[in-house]
Order: sequence, then C-alpha cells, then structure tokens
Amino acid sequence: MILGDNGAPGTRPDASGGSELVQLLTPEGERVDHPGYSVDLTPQEYRDLYRDLVLVRRVDLEATALQRQGELGIWASLLGQEAAQVGSGRALQPDDMAFPTYREHGVAWCRGVDPLRLLGLFRGVNHGGWDPKENNFNLYTIVIGSQTLHATGYAMGVQKDGSESAVIAYFGDGASSQGDVNESFVWASVFNAPIVFFCQNNQWAISEPLEKQSRIPLYQRALGFGFPGVRVDGNDVLACLAVTRAALEAARTGQGPTLIEAFTYRMGAHTTSDDPTRYRLARELEAWKLKDPVERMKAYLSRSGMADSTFFAALDREADELAAQVRNGCLTMADPAPLTIFDNVYVEQPPELEQQRREFGAYLDSFEEVAH
Amino acid sequence: MPTYTIARALNEALRKAMERDAKVLVMGEDVGKLGGVFRVTDGLQKDFGEDRVIDTPLAESGIVGTAIGLAMRGYRPVCEIQFDGFVYPAFDQIVSQLAKVHYRSKGQVRLPVTIRVPYGGGIGAVEHHSESPEVYFAHTAGLKVVTCSNAVDAYFMLQQAVATDDPVIFLEPKRRYWEKAEVDPAMTPDPLHAARVVRPGRDVTVAGYGPMVKVGMDAAAAAEEDGRALEVIDLRTLSPLDMATLLGSVRRTGRLVVVHEAPVSHGLGAEIAARVTEAAFYSLEAPVLRVGGMDTPYPPSRLEEDYLPGLDRVLDAVDRSLAY
Repeated sequence: MILGDNGAPGTRPDASGGSELVQLLTPEGERVDHPGYSVDLTPQEYRDLYRDLVLVRRVDLEATALQRQGELGIWASLLGQEAAQVGSGRALQPDDMAFPTYREHGVAWCRGVDPLRLLGLFRGVNHGGWDPKENNFNLYTIVIGSQTLHATGYAMGVQKDGSESAVIAYFGDGASSQGDVNESFVWASVFNAPIVFFCQNNQWAISEPLEKQSRIPLYQRALGFGFPGVRVDGNDVLACLAVTRAALEAARTGQGPTLIEAFTYRMGAHTTSDDPTRYRLARELEAWKLKDPVERMKAYLSRSGMADSTFFAALDREADELAAQVRNGCLTMADPAPLTIFDNVYVEQPPELEQQRREFGAYLDSFEEVAH
Repeated sequence: MPTYTIARALNEALRKAMERDAKVLVMGEDVGKLGGVFRVTDGLQKDFGEDRVIDTPLAESGIVGTAIGLAMRGYRPVCEIQFDGFVYPAFDQIVSQLAKVHYRSKGQVRLPVTIRVPYGGGIGAVEHHSESPEVYFAHTAGLKVVTCSNAVDAYFMLQQAVATDDPVIFLEPKRRYWEKAEVDPAMTPDPLHAARVVRPGRDVTVAGYGPMVKVGMDAAAAAEEDGRALEVIDLRTLSPLDMATLLGSVRRTGRLVVVHEAPVSHGLGAEIAARVTEAAFYSLEAPVLRVGGMDTPYPPSRLEEDYLPGLDRVLDAVDRSLAY
C-alpha cells in the first residue's frame, strides 16, 4: 500500500498522526510505553524540559506582541511547535551542529542562543549576524529548504574529519517539496552522511495544507531514498527527545541519515503578516489545542507529583522576567549606521565597492554641511 | 618550461592547490575516474583519493549547496559545473546563499568556494552547452567573477581563485581548452583582479575576455595590415572590474570597442560603456561600441558562426568607431 494513514488524496489529515506515531506522553499527560523508544529522566530533567517549553512560548508571545506594536517588522511564531523544538534541541550534544529555518526559536534556546539575537533580523537591524560556531547553531535561512544542503555538506565534512558528532537539519512540510530538500536526501544517502533531517510537519505551508505537498506521509519518503523515516508526536517533548537522540546516535555511529517527521500543528499564523482565518477552520485549531505540548507536560508533572503550584508560579515569574528582558533589549536595539550597508559584502572588499561607499558617505555628509 | 593546454594548465593548478592545502576538495559530475568531460580533473582522484575528488550525484544545486556546507565546516571546495547551461539549477544556492552568507553573518562565516564553469560557444554543441552566463553572477554582490584566456592565466588564476576567501565564479573558455602556451610555474603572476594590455596600440582599444581575447588579437593583426594599431585588453576579472587599466587605455586611444559572446543588451559591455563614459567622457572621440551575441537564445550550432562575434564584426566596429 502506498497511501498511509493520513495520505489519502483529498482528505485532511486528522490530528491523530496515525498508528505509526511514536508517543511517550499522551495529550492528557499520561506516560505510555513504546517498543522502540523510551526516556528515563530525573524529576529535575523533566522539570527542565517543561521550563524550556514555557520560556520558549513566553518569548515567542512577547515577540508577537513586539511585532504588533511596530517594534518588529515581522515575526514567525513557533506557537504549538515547542515540544518538537525543545525535544529535538535537547537531544543534541554540544558538538552537534544545527541548521535551522527561520522558526527554530526553541532550538536556538536549547543551543544557548540569547533570544534577543533572534530578533535582529525580524526587526530589520541585521540579517542574523551571529556566529554559528558560538553555539553550533547556524544562521536562520529564509529560502525554504536551502539549509538542508548546507547541513548535508557540513555533515560530509564531519565525516571527513573523522569527528563523532552529528548534524541536524530543520525544515517544514512545505519545504519537503523543494528540490534542495530532495537533493539533500540523495546526497546524505549516497554519502551516508551523519545527519538527521527533522521535519516539523505543522500541517500548513502558509495557506497550503499538507495534501498540496504529498500523497504519502512525509516520513515514508525516506524509504525511497534509502534511509529510515519515523513519525513522532511533535507535541510530545519526551517522544521528540527519544526519537531524535536515537537518530543522532545512529548518525554518530556511521549508520547514516534518518528522517524524523514531527507531527505537530502551527497554532498561530504563518507569520504576523498572515491571516489563517482565510483558509482554515477554527475547529481544527480547537482540536489541536487539546494536544497542546506545554499543557500535557504540565499535566504530567502535576499528576506525577514532580512539580507543584509553587514551582509553576516561580516559573511563570521567570518567564515574565525573561520576556521583559527580551522586550527591553528589543526596544534598545539601535538602527545600524547607513555606511554599514557596505560591510562584509566580501572578505576582501574590491576597490570599486570601496569607492561606492566613499561616494555615498560624501553624499550623506553633504546634508550635514547644509545643516551647519 | 612546460607547454600546457588550458585544460592541462587548469589540471596542474588544481593539483597545486590540493597539494598546498589539504582542505581543498574537487567535486562535480564525472570529475573522478573520467577526469571530467573536458579532462580538466584527469588523474586527480587517482592521486588524491575519492575523499577529496568527489563524483557527485547529478544535481547542480546539490553540488553548490553541499559545497557551502563543506566550506562552513572549514573545507575549500572547487565545484565543477559541467556546462554553462547547467549552472541554472544551482542559481539559487549561488545567488541567495553562497553570495550572501558572509554578509548575513556579519563577516563571521567565510565561504571560500570556487565554481568552475566551462562557458561560451563555438564547439558545435547542442542547446545549453554554449552559453555565457557571466552577467548573472557579475550582477550579484558577494561573488567575484574571473575568466582566463590562455594557459598561463589558467594556471595561476585558478590557484589564486581557490586561495581567495570569497566565493569565485571561475569561467573557462571551453573552445580554447586545447590551445597551448609555455607556462613558467616559477614566474610571479599578475594579481587575480587585474586586467592586462595584451597588445599595445594607439588607435582603438578593443577589450574582451575569455574566448574573445583571441578574436581581438586576430582583429588587431588584421587591422595592422591596414595601418591601424589596435590596443587589445584582456579584462580577466569581470567582477570587480579593473577600470584603471581600461581607463588608462581609453585615455590614450579615445576609442573603445567591448567584445563578448554574451548577448549585447544588459551585458558587461553596457556596464563598461557606462563607467567609461562617466570617468573618461572628455577623452572619448567616439561612443563606446559593443560587439556581442544577438539578443536571442543561443542558436543551433550551424548558425553559431553568425551569432558569435568574429574578426570581421570586431573590425566593423573599429571602423564605426573611427568614423566619428
């Protein structure tokens, strides 16, 4: 059979994710066993994962608010995808390298990237501008799917270096149609590159539902390229952690690539410029709200007695403080000076560009002289 | 002193670059056992191994995209695009990624990737094998674009391109691959981004690059019989342009004809005409004239002799320039 659980043409995927979904924590917050995957964490580690989810969501909400107040040009919210990002992000070792799209704010958090650094490109004061080596977290890449090839090439380099680290490439369901993503699958497969392809299937590529991208469940595509694919409950942080850990370990030990399809849902708009009411029904969102990745972890912690109201209250305060820091940092982020337009176009700046900079500088100065 | 064809000189240059720096990789379609369809990488895989001379899947975006990733990891890839017309599947990776990552990262990520592209017509090929795509890349900030016209430059310029920390589009005049010259590996080469006066003359400057330098030289030899002294310039570097050499020549001759195979509209010649007009207006005795391909797709090969600028079209432009 070619068509999988949610792949029949003309149908909308339901929120269940199908029978092959790896899940360790139900939407109600109950632990369930899976024959292939497990996690066994300390209470502190469970609380830390929940803390990540809460803080990442809070920063994201603050960024959306900043956009609404005109402080950011645009924001791509991760609302609903916190577990997919925190689970996979916390599976990474320090030496592993992550290649994000432009929505991986939760992965950035796990890599130790200051949330404020993510805002620069959305505010329009830079195009990213951080050093990928600092946290082994590549720059955001806006063209859909381009970074999967960079990640694959990087993984080939890791392999040549004889290094025991792995690479993770993030992309979405929309990008799965891109040539670059499919080429990266070919490359990773034939070179047996140490890479994990982490697809957050959030069901929507702006206004296009999954059936505009694929007739089969995305994870099944891996088989055609010659490596394993697995579908994980993308709203289950524990399952995402377990599945990504296993895939990274396979990559590190010479077993080549894995495709992980994290079955999740974009609870917000594509970006702050988008209006989902034009193309999707409110009841779909309502169904997914019952699977909220943050709420289910909270339910698990409460029910198991690993956290109490004091813990949750303290965490809420911490989240508000972090949000305030992000807000203040954003508001004080200065516009770059005009002549920085010319900075870093090249390593070795050609004389003709240097001349253009001088001429533009003189032009700007001419206004200052008039003002005197 | 060895005599090399351009193809062999490029091969020796890659060999030198790989010996000098263990991070240099060669990657592309058929570059391994076959040695490339033009044999430019002949024997490299045998000598440097499959780990450094990589036969890639047949997908140009993948070649450039993975080269970017390898460069991010500290490697220095030299990609071969098999033919000019096959570079377009890689266009997005070249223009939106390779050219922009240094800027995006505020200078913190360098991508020392060289992309070799055999270009131009005159070999009787089928469609997509004879194109001159240089302007697309010259128009893109963040890329450097150079082209060689002879074996000596092929030998040195490719090594210089590989050693450059910026991405370089290295265009190879495929119909000249088998032309020979003595190459002295011990000589001090010109800088990569410098044009060169290859034949001095006082009457009209003829500027060309890659496969058109020979056409310019042939035109100069023919013009000499009519008592006209053409100054021929090999531009060598298309982005950045070496305007100092060009303007120095135009100030001497007062006349400029720019020759390229690429369609004449929106071409390098247009850019050069604008710059020369702006910088040397009072030295000009005639408008800058352009000789190039027609504003058409590259024609079937039985028509390429008509399409491509040749000796007579260059001399015709020289006549028109002198008529002012």
